[in-house]
Amino acid sequence: MNWVMLIILCVSGPAWAGEARPLTDDPVAEARLKHLAVELRCLVCQNQTLADSSAPLAEDLRREVREMIAKNMSDQEIIEFLVSRYGDFVLYRPPLKATTTLLWVGPFALMAIGATALVITLRRRSRTMVEVSVTDEEHRRVEQLLAEGEKRS
Amino acid sequence: MNRFLLPLSIFVVVVGFLGIGLTLNPREIPSPLVGKAIPDFSQPQLYDRAKVLSPADLKGKVWLLNFWASWCNGCKTEHPVLMELAKSGEVPIYGMDYKDQQDEAMTWLRRWGNPYPIVGVDEAGRVGINFGVYGVPETYVIDKQGVIRYKQIGPLTPDTVAKKIIPLVKQLESE
Repeated sequence: MNWVMLIILCVSGPAWAGEARPLTDDPVAEARLKHLAVELRCLVCQNQTLADSSAPLAEDLRREVREMIAKNMSDQEIIEFLVSRYGDFVLYRPPLKATTTLLWVGPFALMAIGATALVITLRRRSRTMVEVSVTDEEHRRVEQLLAEGEKRS
Repeated sequence: MNRFLLPLSIFVVVVGFLGIGLTLNPREIPSPLVGKAIPDFSQPQLYDRAKVLSPADLKGKVWLLNFWASWCNGCKTEHPVLMELAKSGEVPIYGMDYKDQQDEAMTWLRRWGNPYPIVGVDEAGRVGINFGVYGVPETYVIDKQGVIRYKQIGPLTPDTVAKKIIPLVKQLESE
């Protein structure tokens, strides 16, 4: 039971540590910020989103995004602003283009290779399996042995 | 023997890729700004708040822009390298004091030496965001036209200065 408590503690830790203070009074703007911030990666703690991270840079970037929202910029414009400075790395969902083809196609290619290998091995195995015919005499002997075994137990 | 050949070769390939992965640094994110014009700024100078540091004043020169802070550990490591480079007179290094306290920055420079002809102040980190700074120290090499030609993420080492910065500066000077 102790280790369950430990896991709960570990998992909930970052949740309260990274809680972003709402800085605008406008709930609509704050909702837009949240919606954007979960799509964007914090560059300091790279496995956290901009929404989760409490790194100073993440705070600055949230401030920057808030200001852009206040200026009525579209989501697309805000994302472009960040990508032009930090590259595609800030996006949690990288765009499909020449440099990211392997990233997007790779898993499906590996799955296709795996499936082909599986089909080939299964076919090969079914070919090597040989039907063994059993004579009546052998059949009777098997029945007899099984019956004896049942009696003994 | 033949049936081990395929798994073995797959294993070797996977180990090869993992080996390459180990040599890469995940903290080094390629900057989209290399090859682009330097983002404009006009920041007050550390030693004279009335004056500004702006890229417009440095047009026609090859120069380095070094983001640093007195609170940053990597900057301390890098500092002797900057002092050495400044002394060599190969290229001027302009400083950008990133999200720092003015008095602490001045104390730091008095204590360890000042390699910068001018230090700009970026208190709010906005210039940093425009440059795509995500960890100090970071150093940019800027050519005569005001285009960023190289970005160093993390401290400069004597090795990177000798092998990358100096040759690049020489090439840009002759352009």
